[in-house]
Amino acid sequence: MRTAFIEQLIKEAESNKKIFLLVGDLGYSVVEPFAEKYPDRFLNVGIAEQNMTGVAAGLAMEGYNVFTYSIGNFPTLRCMEQIRYDVCYHNLSVKIVAVGAGYAYGSLGASHHTTEDVAMMRSIPNMEIISPCDPNEAKLATEYFCQSNKPGYLRIGKAGEPHLYGNNHAVLDIKKINCIKKGHSTAILGTGSILKTALDQKDFNGSIYSVPMIKPLDYDTLSEIANSYENIITIEEHQKSAGFGSAILEALNDLQWTNSATNMPKVKRIAIQDTFNSVAGSQDYLRQLAGLNLNKI
Amino acid sequence: MTKSSLAVVGSAKKKCLQLVYEANASHIGGAFSVADILTVLYMDVLNYDATNPSWCDRDRLFYSKGHACTILYALLNECGYFSIEMLQSFSKDGSIFTSHVNHKVPGVELSTGSLGHALNVACGVALAGKLRNKKWNVFAVLSDGELDEGSNWEAILFAPQHKLNNLNLIIDYNKIQSLGAVQDVLNLEPLKEKFLNFGWNAIEIDGHNHAAIKQACLIKSEKPKVIIAHTIKGKGIPFMENKLEWHYKSPSKEQLDMALQILEDESK
Repeated sequence: MRTAFIEQLIKEAESNKKIFLLVGDLGYSVVEPFAEKYPDRFLNVGIAEQNMTGVAAGLAMEGYNVFTYSIGNFPTLRCMEQIRYDVCYHNLSVKIVAVGAGYAYGSLGASHHTTEDVAMMRSIPNMEIISPCDPNEAKLATEYFCQSNKPGYLRIGKAGEPHLYGNNHAVLDIKKINCIKKGHSTAILGTGSILKTALDQKDFNGSIYSVPMIKPLDYDTLSEIANSYENIITIEEHQKSAGFGSAILEALNDLQWTNSATNMPKVKRIAIQDTFNSVAGSQDYLRQLAGLNLNKI
Repeated sequence: MTKSSLAVVGSAKKKCLQLVYEANASHIGGAFSVADILTVLYMDVLNYDATNPSWCDRDRLFYSKGHACTILYALLNECGYFSIEMLQSFSKDGSIFTSHVNHKVPGVELSTGSLGHALNVACGVALAGKLRNKKWNVFAVLSDGELDEGSNWEAILFAPQHKLNNLNLIIDYNKIQSLGAVQDVLNLEPLKEKFLNFGWNAIEIDGHNHAAIKQACLIKSEKPKVIIAHTIKGKGIPFMENKLEWHYKSPSKEQLDMALQILEDESK
């Protein structure tokens, strides 16, 4: 996903001279091609995420569309107030890119587990959030953020994630809830690369939807889903509290209250149960440890 | 020492007193310590157009002392950014004049109030100016206490690294922070040497001497420049000077009248 991101960013920056990339001394073997091609629009600010975000706000005030890039919680939680006050209150064109969603850096320990970021970013006005499930969604998300002039958060995995959409899939819209597999009675809604867990469940005969854009949510499609299925299962690589599944539940409640959805499906949320993982392990191992699977469904 | 800046600072301080009194607000001490610095900036240093606050060639001022907002609002009024009637809504329901600086107010570049933000944003703006060979300058006015915030030191490392010699940092060094003397809470000394060692051009001045403020602001420098302005909290009103309590207190009617009289006498 990070390769898809940087390749698309390089491509967009060719024609869009406003694009600026700031990195927090991270991005080895990822960001170099951008730095070489656009030295006047690239800066390694050092290991200083508060400053990176403030500098990004300043550059955005002068008309740049600034991407801040780092890993895990560093470009988000570490500089939460700069994001809230400098970027979002001033509604500036700063896009935060965090590599290593969920347990992607599993063996590196809890410091690198990115499992509360969506909750934090979701709560801030003006912020848009995209959490792609595969390289293609990451590419489209980058394309979208290059054109947007609002604050944004791009939550991506690492490298080597498989493509989850079939070759014959219609052109997908990154702002919409996209159907990957059509079935009946139950719909799985997932965000991020953990959606593959649902697709690997061969005996599951319900539908599977990818929800790349967590904020703002595609209420229209969600309303159709609510009216079409008895059950919804949400899956995310994030804490249960205030994350993706919470966003779906809140939206379903809004839709019901406004009579946009006539049916309220039963909702099961698969997410991390308010706990830290304090052992080493691969991403898959830690996902299993946290119960992020469909085994008991 | 220009006559105009001296006249304006007296008028602006009277407005501050009225605003703080009417709203039962705080931070008059910090507003008065920085009053001369801000007045000289607006009268003799900054290029701006009050009828076009976003004029692209303006100098950019980032005022980090968001709590001491009344003096900035009063000066923007003196400069013609908005009317006194607008300003009189200060701190009332629905007013854009919040009691920490708000960028919704014409002439304000950045909302502040959470300390340790403005210098970083100013660095980003200064960087954009350098990359595009702009002639305008960037000023950031910080309090002394807020240098406790680590984010400032990230910016203090950053500015010389990227040769931001269009950046002028002014520190309102009134030696008193929220709960005590700066030297007792987190000592900043030797402050000038710290900046010199970080690669800045550092100048120390009397922050109430208008000629010295102007001269320091106009000095061209190869490096980012810091002006350490030694000031007095509550400057000009004897019963407020160097008193920590005036970080919080709002004047009584008697104190208001007394302070207004002192400023009136001074202007004669």
